[in-house]
Amino acid sequence: MPKQIHLAAHFPGVNNTTVWSDPEAGSHIEFDSFVKLAQTAERAKFDFFFLAEGLRLREQGGRIYDLDVVGRPDTFTVLAALAAVTERLGLAGTINSTFNEPYEVARQFASLDHLSDGRAAWNVVTSWDAFTGENFRRGGFLAEGDRYSRATRFLETAKELFDSWPADAIAADKNSGTFLRDPSAGTFAHQDEHFDIAGRFNVPRSPQGRPVILQAGDSDAGREFAAATADAIFSRHGTLTDGQKFYADVKGRLARYGREHDSLNVLPAATFVLGDTDNDAQERARIVRRQQVSGATAIKFLEQLWNRDLSAYDPDGPLPEIDPDVSEQHIARGRASVRMHRDPIAVAREWRERAAAEKLSIRELIIEVTGRQNFIGSAATIAAALDDLVQQDAADGFILVPHVTPGGLDEFADKVVPLLQERGVFRTEYSGPTLRDHLGLATP
Amino acid sequence: MTNLHLAVALDGAGWDPAAWRAPEARPAELFTARYWTQLVAEAEAGKLDFVTIEDGLGVQTDDPGQVQGRLDAVLIASRVAPLTHHIGLVPTATVTHTEPFHISKAIATLDYVSRGRAGWRVQLSARAHEAQHFGRREIPEINPAFPVREHVRELYDEAADYVEVVRRLWDSWEDDAEIRDAATGRFIDRDKVHYINFEGRFFTVKGPSITPRPPQGQPVVTALAHNEIPYRFAEKAADVVYVTPVDAADAHEIASQVRVRHVFADLVVFLEPTSTAARQLPSDAHVFAGTPAQLADLLLEWQAAGISGFRLRPGRLPDDLRGITRGLVPELQSRGVFRHEYQEDTLRARLGLERPANRYAAVEGARVA
Ligand SMILES: Cc1cc2nc3c(=O)[nH]c(=O)nc-3n(C[C@H](O)[C@H](O)[C@H](O)COP(=O)(O)O)c2cc1C
Repeated sequence: MPKQIHLAAHFPGVNNTTVWSDPEAGSHIEFDSFVKLAQTAERAKFDFFFLAEGLRLREQGGRIYDLDVVGRPDTFTVLAALAAVTERLGLAGTINSTFNEPYEVARQFASLDHLSDGRAAWNVVTSWDAFTGENFRRGGFLAEGDRYSRATRFLETAKELFDSWPADAIAADKNSGTFLRDPSAGTFAHQDEHFDIAGRFNVPRSPQGRPVILQAGDSDAGREFAAATADAIFSRHGTLTDGQKFYADVKGRLARYGREHDSLNVLPAATFVLGDTDNDAQERARIVRRQQVSGATAIKFLEQLWNRDLSAYDPDGPLPEIDPDVSEQHIARGRASVRMHRDPIAVAREWRERAAAEKLSIRELIIEVTGRQNFIGSAATIAAALDDLVQQDAADGFILVPHVTPGGLDEFADKVVPLLQERGVFRTEYSGPTLRDHLGLATP
Repeated sequence: MTNLHLAVALDGAGWDPAAWRAPEARPAELFTARYWTQLVAEAEAGKLDFVTIEDGLGVQTDDPGQVQGRLDAVLIASRVAPLTHHIGLVPTATVTHTEPFHISKAIATLDYVSRGRAGWRVQLSARAHEAQHFGRREIPEINPAFPVREHVRELYDEAADYVEVVRRLWDSWEDDAEIRDAATGRFIDRDKVHYINFEGRFFTVKGPSITPRPPQGQPVVTALAHNEIPYRFAEKAADVVYVTPVDAADAHEIASQVRVRHVFADLVVFLEPTSTAARQLPSDAHVFAGTPAQLADLLLEWQAAGISGFRLRPGRLPDDLRGITRGLVPELQSRGVFRHEYQEDTLRARLGLERPANRYAAVEGARVA
C-alpha cells in the first residue's frame, strides 16, 4: 500500500503570499472567513486546520508594515468556536513558549481538546525577541540561545500537567458522594532552570490525553526539539531534493529518542495555483505573482536585503548601485520566521548581475527571487506532484497555504482531493474522531 | 416601571456544593461542550441578558466529595458563541498572573465570534496556591477574617492598570484602519493603528493589539465587589458591578455608594413550586429559596431600592436555571418588567451602553501621529 498523504489547511497569513487585493478576498478577522475555510477543509477530509500567530505587528523602517494583511484574531478563541461548526477536523494553533506560562497554556489546550472532543494541536514556536517582548509584562527577558531550552522545559512541564489527571479520576458517583475517585488528581511539582511551580492542575484529562504537538523551527536546535518532542513538523522544505534532505535529517534524529520513524510527520508548507491546463495554471500563477509583489512590496523586499531606506527607487527601474548596510540593527522587525540574509553584499551582487543579464526591473527581479508557488498546474499535475513527493520521502503530507481568503482552498478540495483519493493515497472518510486518529498517532 | 436586566452565573453543577448529586444533575458531563451549549441555550430561550461563566487558576476545593476541575471559561464561551444568537457571553478571566495582551485579544475575538455579544468578568487571584502555579511571584496567604489591606489594595491597583491596558488595546485600532487601498497597495492606514505606550507601576505594554477593534468597540467589563476597595476598582474599570446585598435596605445602601453604570445584585437561587424553608449554604451572596413569584417580588423590591439588574446563581443545574427561564421569566413578563423578545443585537446595546468613541481617534483636523 502506498504511503498515505496528510493534508492541513493554513488560514492565509500576514505576509505577501496572501493576495488581499483579489476581488474574491474576504475578511481576515470576521469569523465567517474561518468557518468557510475550515468547513471546506473538513468537506475535503483534511487532517487539520492551522492558525499561525505573531504577537507584535510587523514593522519596517520604524513604522508598522502596511502592505500585507495586518491583524488577526486570538488563536485559542477562534479554534474553540470552530469546534462548534466542524466535527472531525483537527484544530491546530500556534502558541509561543516564551510569552506564555505552562499552567495557563496547558489548561487552554486541555480545554480546547475537551471542547472539540479530541481535535486540538499545538504548534510550539519560540520567537523570543525583545521587540515582541514589549507587549508583555516580562518584556524581552530571554536570550536567543535560550529559546529552545525554555521551549523544551515548557513542553515538559505542560506534559506533566496534561498527565497529572488519571483518565478515570472522576467518579461522579451520586450515591456514594464521591466526585473524585483520586483525591490527588492534578497534583504536580516541577522545578528546573526556567520553571519552579507546584500545586494542582485544574483540567481533567482530555480525550487525546495531550494535544498533538507541532513544531516549526528550522535551526539545528529546532530540529532536535522536533525530533525529541513533536508529532509533526511544519517545514519550508517543499521541493524534492531539499525536502528529502530535511526529511532524512529529522527522521534520522528520532532513534536517539527511542522514537519510531512514523511517529513524526514531516509537513512542508505548500502554496499552489491550479488551472484547467498546465499552461493555464502558469498564466494564472504569473498574475498571482504580480498581485503578491506590487511595486511597493518589491521595494520593501529590497529594503530587507539592503537594510536601507530605498523608497526613492523606482520599482520599474534598475537595482541600487550602493551596497547593503550590514550593521546589526535591522530595518525589518517582527518577522520571526524570516532568517536574515546571511551575506547581504554577496546576495545583492548576485541579484544585480541577474537583473542586468535578464533585463529585469526591481519588481521583476523580486518576483523571480522570492517564493514562487510550490505547485503550479492542472489538478492532475498537482495531485501527481504531491503524491510523488510523499512516496519519495520528501514529505508525509503538506500544510496548504491558499493565497485567497477564505475561498482559496475550494478548487483544491473539489479537483485535487478526488484525484488523490482515486490514487488511493488520501482518505475518503475519517477513520476516527480524534486528530491522533487522523495522523496515525498513539494516544499517550 | 423600567425593565430589569437578568443574567445567570454558570458554574459547574451549580452553586450548591451538593448540586452535582441532585437527581437532574449530569456531573459526568461537566467537561463536555454539550453540557455548556445546553445550559446557554436554555438561558437564551429565557431571553436573559447574558450568562457569566466562572473560572479560576486552581482547583475549587480539595474535598473529593465536591466538583473539582473546570474548563477555560473564555473557550467555553467561544465554543458556545456560534450556536447562540442573542445572549451575551461573559466569561471570567483572572488578571493577577496573566497577560493583558492575551486577554485583550481573546475577549476581542469572542466579540467577533459572537458578533458583539462579548463581555468579561475581571477576577483577581489573592490565593497563594494559585501564585505557585505560576512561580513568578509570592502572594501571602490571606486570612479572610483579617485581610491584608495593603496587599489587597495593590492587587486591585494592578487589576485597574490591567483593565486600562486591555481597554487601550481594544481601541488601538480605529474602526476604519483597514483600508485595502489598491491604488497605493496599503492594507491599513497605519495612522489609524496606535501604540498604547502604557507605563504603570506594575508593567509596561507597547501595543498595538494584533486584533482590530472588536464589534462593540469596548466589550462589556464586569466585576464582583463586596466592599470598599473593589467598589472603587469597579468604578474605575467596570460597566457592570455585581454586589451582594442581604436585603432591600442593604441594596439601597450599596447602590447609593457605588457609581457604576449598572449595579447588579448577586443572588443564589433555589426555585421550588411551593414556599420552602431557607437553605443553609456558605455563600457571599444572599441565598433565596422559594417560588418564582416570591423571587419576582424580591427582585422588584430590590430594583426599587436602586438595583438595575440581577445575576442569579442557580443553586442546582439545570433545575434552577429552568426555574429561572420557565418560572421566573414568565412571572416577570406577566408583570410587564421583562422582555418577551430580544430587541438589541449587541450586549452593550441591551444594557443601554452606546458604542463608545475610540480614545485614539483624532478629532477632525487635529490628528497627531
Ligand atoms: C514554516 C514555519 C512557520 C512558522 N510559523 C510561525 C508562526 O506562526 N509564529 C511564530 O511566532 N513563529 C513561526 N515560525 C518560527 C519558528 O517556529 C521558530 O520559533 C523560529 O523560526 C525560531 O526558531 P529557529 O531558529 O529554529 O528557526 C515558523 C517557522 C517555520 C519554519
